[in-house]
Amino acid sequence: MEHLNVFASKLVPGRELFSPGHKACQGCAPALALRYLLKAAGPNTVVANATGCMEIISSAYPDIAWGVPWIHVAFENAAAVASGVESGIKVLQRKGKLAPGKVNVVAIGGDGGTFDIGLQALSGMLERGHDVLYLCYDNEAYMNTGIQRSSGTPMFASTTTSPAGEKVPGQSTGKKDLAAIAAAHNVSYVATANTSYPFDFMAKVDKAFSTSGSKLIHIFAPCPTGWRCQPSDIIKLGRLASQTGLFPLYEYQDGKYTMSEDLPFLKPIEKYLKLQGRYRHLSKEQIEIIQENINQRYEWLQKLSRVSQED
Amino acid sequence: MARRKGVESSIALADAVAMCKVDAISAYPITPQTHIVEHLSEWVNDGELDAEFIPVESEHSAMSAALGTSAVGARTFTATSSQGLALMHEILFIAPAMRLPVVMAVANRSLSGPISIWNDHSDIMAERDIGWIQIFAENGQECFDLTPACFKIAEDKRVILPTILNFDGFIVSHMIEPIEYWEQETFDKFLPEFEPQIRLDVKNPSTMGAVGVPEIYYEARMAQHMALVNSKPVIKEVFAEVSQITGREYKVVESYNMEKAEVALVMMGSLTETAMTAVNNLKAKGIEVGIVRPRLWRPFPTEEFLEVLGDISVIGCVDRAYTFGAASHPVASEVKSVLYTSDKRPQVREYVMGIGGRDVRIEEIEDMFMQLIEVKNTGKDFPIQYIGVRE
Ligand SMILES: Cc1ncc(C[n+]2csc(CCOP(=O)(O)OP(=O)(O)O)c2C)c(N)n1
Ligand code: SF4
Ligand SMILES: [Mg+2]
Repeated sequence: MEHLNVFASKLVPGRELFSPGHKACQGCAPALALRYLLKAAGPNTVVANATGCMEIISSAYPDIAWGVPWIHVAFENAAAVASGVESGIKVLQRKGKLAPGKVNVVAIGGDGGTFDIGLQALSGMLERGHDVLYLCYDNEAYMNTGIQRSSGTPMFASTTTSPAGEKVPGQSTGKKDLAAIAAAHNVSYVATANTSYPFDFMAKVDKAFSTSGSKLIHIFAPCPTGWRCQPSDIIKLGRLASQTGLFPLYEYQDGKYTMSEDLPFLKPIEKYLKLQGRYRHLSKEQIEIIQENINQRYEWLQKLSRVSQED
Repeated sequence: MARRKGVESSIALADAVAMCKVDAISAYPITPQTHIVEHLSEWVNDGELDAEFIPVESEHSAMSAALGTSAVGARTFTATSSQGLALMHEILFIAPAMRLPVVMAVANRSLSGPISIWNDHSDIMAERDIGWIQIFAENGQECFDLTPACFKIAEDKRVILPTILNFDGFIVSHMIEPIEYWEQETFDKFLPEFEPQIRLDVKNPSTMGAVGVPEIYYEARMAQHMALVNSKPVIKEVFAEVSQITGREYKVVESYNMEKAEVALVMMGSLTETAMTAVNNLKAKGIEVGIVRPRLWRPFPTEEFLEVLGDISVIGCVDRAYTFGAASHPVASEVKSVLYTSDKRPQVREYVMGIGGRDVRIEEIEDMFMQLIEVKNTGKDFPIQYIGVRE
C-alpha cells in the first residue's frame, strides 16, 4: 500500500480546517481523524456531526473548531441530516439557486452513533445512495457518556456497562462488522482506516470523494481516556492494532476487497492488550481466545481479497 | 382568479405544496397522511415539480433530512400523523432552535395504544411545546389556502420558524370537496423565493447546532420563545393577505354566532363544521349559542381569543385528546390559563369527545350547548364530561 508508511508532512495541506484549541483530551485520536479528514476533504466540505465526543469537544459555543460549514442535530441521525444536506445542495444547484461546483458532504459519527443507535439512518442513507461520505470514528465505546459498551466494543474489554466482573470478564460479544454491513448495501466505496496511518486515511478520503454515491470509512481511533492507556501510546496502539491484524486495513470497491497492506505475519496481540487498562483483567486463556479470533478473521479477509482479485 | 375542483383534501394540499415550488420533500408513509406525499412523489417523478423527494426509512429521518435540506437553504416540506409525529419528537424541538422554516402537514390521528388509525388530536397535543407555529385547518379549502400561508409565515425574515398545518385525519384528509385552486401566478406573487438568513455554505462557513453551555443556553431558549411569541403579527398579516386573495376570511381566532350567543363552545379543527349545524338548529328554536375556534394554536392568540369571547358568561372547552392525569385536557387547560390572568371570568365547563374516531353527533353538541345554558341560568357545576364514552 503506497501511502501506508509515508511520513512526508509536506504532502498535506498545512491549513487546519479543524483548528487546534478544541476540548478533546490529550492524545485523542478521534480528533486526529477529524483533522486529517479536513486536510484531505478541503474547504468545499459540509459536515453533519452526530452527538458524541467529537461534537462536544469541537462546538461549545462560541469556541467552534470547524473551518467548514457544520451542522449537528442529534445523536442517531447524522446520516439522515447529511442525506438532506446533499439532496438540498443538489436541487439548489440544479435550479441555479446555489453556485455550481463540487461540495463534499461528510457525516461523522462515533461507534455508538453508527453501530448502534444510528444504524438505521445509516442504512437508509447508504441504500438511497446519497453522495455522502460517512466517517465512523471508532473509539470502541460510548466515551462521551462515560465509557459504556457499544456494539463496537471488542470482546472482553471492560467498560462501565460491561465491567470486568467476577463472573463476566467484560464485554461478552465481539465487534460488529461495520464495513461488511456497508458493503452489503452495494455502495460505491468502503474502507477501513486507522489514525496511526494518516496518509493511508487521507488517500482513502480522496478516493471516496472521487466516486459518486454513498461511501463509508471506518477509522480506528484510540481513546486514552476510555482505554485507560497513556496518551503518548495512541499512535503505537493504532499501529499495533493493524499490524496484529486486529483492525486490518482494506478497501471494498466494485465488489472487490483489497487489503491495504498484506502483512507477511501478524504480530501477537498480547503487547497491544497489555498497554491498556481496559484489558488489565485478562487471563492467558482470554488472550488466546482474542488471538484465535484475530487469526480467523484475518484469514477470512485474506481469502475474500484473494477471491475477489481473481478474474 | 380561481378554478373550483372536486378533489380530496390531501391531494389539494399536496398540489398547493407543489405550487409553492418546494425544493425538497422528505417523507415516510403513515395513514392518514400518506396521500399527500404519494401525490407529491407523482409530481416529482412526472417531472412537473423540480424537487428532491427523499424517501427516508423513518419519520425520525424524515425530520432529520428535512433539517438538512432546510439548512442548506432549500424550501422543505414533510407530512406525517400519529406515531410518525411521535417518532419525530426528539428532532421537532431542534428545528425551531436552529430556526429552520420547514413546513409540515399533520393529518391528526390518535396515538397508540391501543393502536388506532382514526382521528383525534392526541398526536399534535403531545407536541404542543415543540416551539413550532401550529395552525389548525377546518376543511380542504383551508388546507389548500393555508399551505402557501404556512411557507410565507415560516420563511418571513421576522419569523423564520417551522410551521405545522394540522387537519383532521380522514374527516378532512380523505374528504372529497369542491376546492377552489389558486392560479400558479397567484402563488408566485404571494410567496417570494426563500432567502435563508444563514445556510450551510462552503463560501461562508457557519456552525449550526453548537453546544449550549450554561452561559448561553437560557438566552438561546429565550430568543426562541420570543421568536414564536413575536410571530403573531406576521401570521395575522399573512392571514389577511390570504383573505384578500381568496375572499374567505382568515383570522387567528374564528367565531360563529358570537354576537348573539349566550354561551359558547371552544373547539379546534373540523369539529366546528358539525357544531355549526348544532348552532343553526338551536337558532331555529330561538336559542342563541356560539362557537370559538382558535385557528392558530401556537403561539396562542390570547388577545384575539379574549376579544372574541366578549362578555360571554359561560363557555365549554372541547378537547379531542387527553392529558392523562392532569386537572384539564389541553384546550381547556390553555383556555383556563388565559382566562385566569385576564379580567374576564366566564364560567368554564369541560368536554372530551371524538376520541379515536368516535363519531360526534349533532345532538350531542346541542345537548352540550343546552347544558351550558343551564349553567348560565343556575350555575350548575359538573366535572369534565366525556361525551359518548361507554361506561
Ligand atoms: C437519543 C440519545 N440517546 C442517548 C444520548 C446520550 N449520548 C450522547 S453521546 C453518547 C455516546 C456517544 O458514543 P459514540 O457515538 O461512540 O461517540 P463517542 O462519544 O465515543 O465519541 C450518548 C450515549 C443522546 N444524546 N441521544
Ligand atoms: S474521551 Fe476519548 S474520544 Fe473523547 S475526547 Fe477524550 S480521548 Fe477523545
Ligand atoms: Mg465511541
